[in-house]
Amino acid sequence: MSTRLGSFTISPVSASQSSHLRALESESIHIVREAVAESENPVLLFSGGKDSALVLRLAIKAFWPARLPFPVMHVDTGHNFDEVLEFRDRIVTELEADLIVASVQEAIDQGRVVEETGPRASRNRLQTETLLNAIDKHRFDVVFGGARRDEEKARAKERVFSFRDEFGQWDPKSQRPELWSLYNGRHRKGEHMRVFPISNWTEMDVWQYIEDQGIELPSVYFSHRRRVFERDGMLMAESPYLNLIDGEEVFEAIVRFRTVGDMTCTGGFESTASSVGEIIEEVAVTRITERGASRADDRTAEAAMEDRKREGYF
Amino acid sequence: MTELVRIATTGSVDDGKSTLIGRLLFDSKQIFQDQLEAVEDASRKRGTDYVDLALLTDGLRAEREQGITIDVAYRYFATPKRKFVLADTPGHIQYTRNMVTGSSTANIALILVDARLGILEQTRRHSFLASLLGVPHLVLCVNKMDLVDWSQERFDELVDEFRKFANRLEIHDLRFVPVSALEGDNVVNESLNMPWYHGPTVLELLEDIHVGSDQNMIDVRFPIQYVIRPHRREYQDFRGYAGKIAGGLIKRGDEVMVLPSGFTTTIRSIETFDGPLEEAAPPSSVVITLDDDIDVSRGDMLCRPHNQPHASQDLDAMVAWMSDGPPLRVGAKYAIKHTTRWGKAMVKDFQYRLDVNTLHRDESSDSLGLNEIGRIRLRSTTPFFFDEYRRNRETGSFVLVDESSNVTVGAGMITGEGS
Repeated sequence: MSTRLGSFTISPVSASQSSHLRALESESIHIVREAVAESENPVLLFSGGKDSALVLRLAIKAFWPARLPFPVMHVDTGHNFDEVLEFRDRIVTELEADLIVASVQEAIDQGRVVEETGPRASRNRLQTETLLNAIDKHRFDVVFGGARRDEEKARAKERVFSFRDEFGQWDPKSQRPELWSLYNGRHRKGEHMRVFPISNWTEMDVWQYIEDQGIELPSVYFSHRRRVFERDGMLMAESPYLNLIDGEEVFEAIVRFRTVGDMTCTGGFESTASSVGEIIEEVAVTRITERGASRADDRTAEAAMEDRKREGYF
Repeated sequence: MTELVRIATTGSVDDGKSTLIGRLLFDSKQIFQDQLEAVEDASRKRGTDYVDLALLTDGLRAEREQGITIDVAYRYFATPKRKFVLADTPGHIQYTRNMVTGSSTANIALILVDARLGILEQTRRHSFLASLLGVPHLVLCVNKMDLVDWSQERFDELVDEFRKFANRLEIHDLRFVPVSALEGDNVVNESLNMPWYHGPTVLELLEDIHVGSDQNMIDVRFPIQYVIRPHRREYQDFRGYAGKIAGGLIKRGDEVMVLPSGFTTTIRSIETFDGPLEEAAPPSSVVITLDDDIDVSRGDMLCRPHNQPHASQDLDAMVAWMSDGPPLRVGAKYAIKHTTRWGKAMVKDFQYRLDVNTLHRDESSDSLGLNEIGRIRLRSTTPFFFDEYRRNRETGSFVLVDESSNVTVGAGMITGEGS
């Protein structure tokens, strides 16, 4: 029973794996299995970021030696890091998983959503509509996401099995009580559940597990030389999707990205951390949350995340 | 080896709970600069002259607008020895359901009292709920010791009073710490103001309380979650049963019985993605293969032939009601989820409603409304395989779901087989 899936191999259980990671892993695997056992048409949101790579790994573990029993879906704003797209396609091929791409560009072209204009235009909000359309079109009833409660204060209040009404909306005030490990995924046709298997993981847990398990990540997470410009205290990657505003200048720097999302709202910072071990050291001493440091979309207002989540965002 | 430990904390704004949590998070470096700045900013905006740490956890717009905590907030902090998941719940009686939720998985209940005010109704309520939910360890923090001149006499008095009350509860491990959350005494660092106290600080307690025995390691219980049939050439004959161990130590070669069929067989292997295991214990998620090809499906349970759970359609339980809709009454029907098994259940008998403040049993009542707790008997369409909640929280708990709205309306703790 030692054969692995494709070339998606992992190092054997290391003696270093601490019991808290085992406990978290076990909880997550339980959640994934419950959701799949009680749904008809699940899907896993996969952006190529570290959290979705982790959820994907946990889902693989949950059903091994069977193949992943559901597809993965990328809500693609069209503003991707090349390295992340390359990573996404390679991992999906290795796992023999089905990939669905829900394209924001397509939604714009079809006139279903209207693109923001101006130098600070972002497709962040357009993702919600694209995601909800895809859920509707494919009739998904469980949508796995990689959100964590330590990321953001609205998320800290969200259930592991989070109900969405027929409009895809989240109502934070009428959430279902969630006790023990008894999850209630019951819903009517047209409604769906968002399921967050790594709700109880912290950023540090994620990195420790990635190191422990040797999980591969896109190269933008690690220190590299890149042409960037400074905006709102973050280093934005030079790209065709971002126009410079007066006074902004492109320069070369040694940077890495702490989260990976749409290029127009994901900022990097100067770092020499080039391995997971070095990133863990960096995370251990950092004094800024990952969203505060790298997501322009979360800086808009105190309740920015809650408002977007209510509309159906990830 | 860092352990994962779950804490439930409850209290009101006034007893210094936020300050205590703030201390724990600050001193273990879990509050980030941008979070702190946001909280300082928000505190200024609402005109408070101190940094209101509740704003860190009160994440919803309605909570910030009303200045109250509505929902359970989960916070995370770590020391080199342990990782903590802290469920922070509001203390007011109208949030009993949140307290019940937060306590359901906790190893440790952290309860605060104001040294000046002593043991209040809400202290008793919180302690009772922790006991009802089977939280194995309770730490009573006697806070604001600075406001009673660091008095040992006052502390001893409160300890005595609380012990007398706690005798009526099922709390096996009870600890007391005199603290001043505001000044930081005995939270993380030892107090210089209370040389008469020689015990551990709150953080030292959280780090050292032995939680390894909190789970039932005796009764083998393995609820089947999912049947794994790979449909791949190299695993053509593989048939594995996936689940999370709910009790006992499971070993390869063990004889096991499948419920409800009653067939016995032996464990051929315990599989994981990372390789096979010789044995596995709660709360591991594993895949078990059996020597005989017998019919096993989701909702079934593996146990040892000489140590079986109750198997019955009738069960007695304490139920916490969580819905502001129709109350629970005799004759009402619900969907019920216990381990990985769903069924339907009807309320057959209503024994009493419990006053969560006085523990008085009101036998004249016949219904449970939001935040009320009572003892009932249920009859289900399908037999359940269960243990008493006090013996096993995983196999002794269930939830009731309203079939028309699909909302979880009740949380149950099984006290025994109904007869």
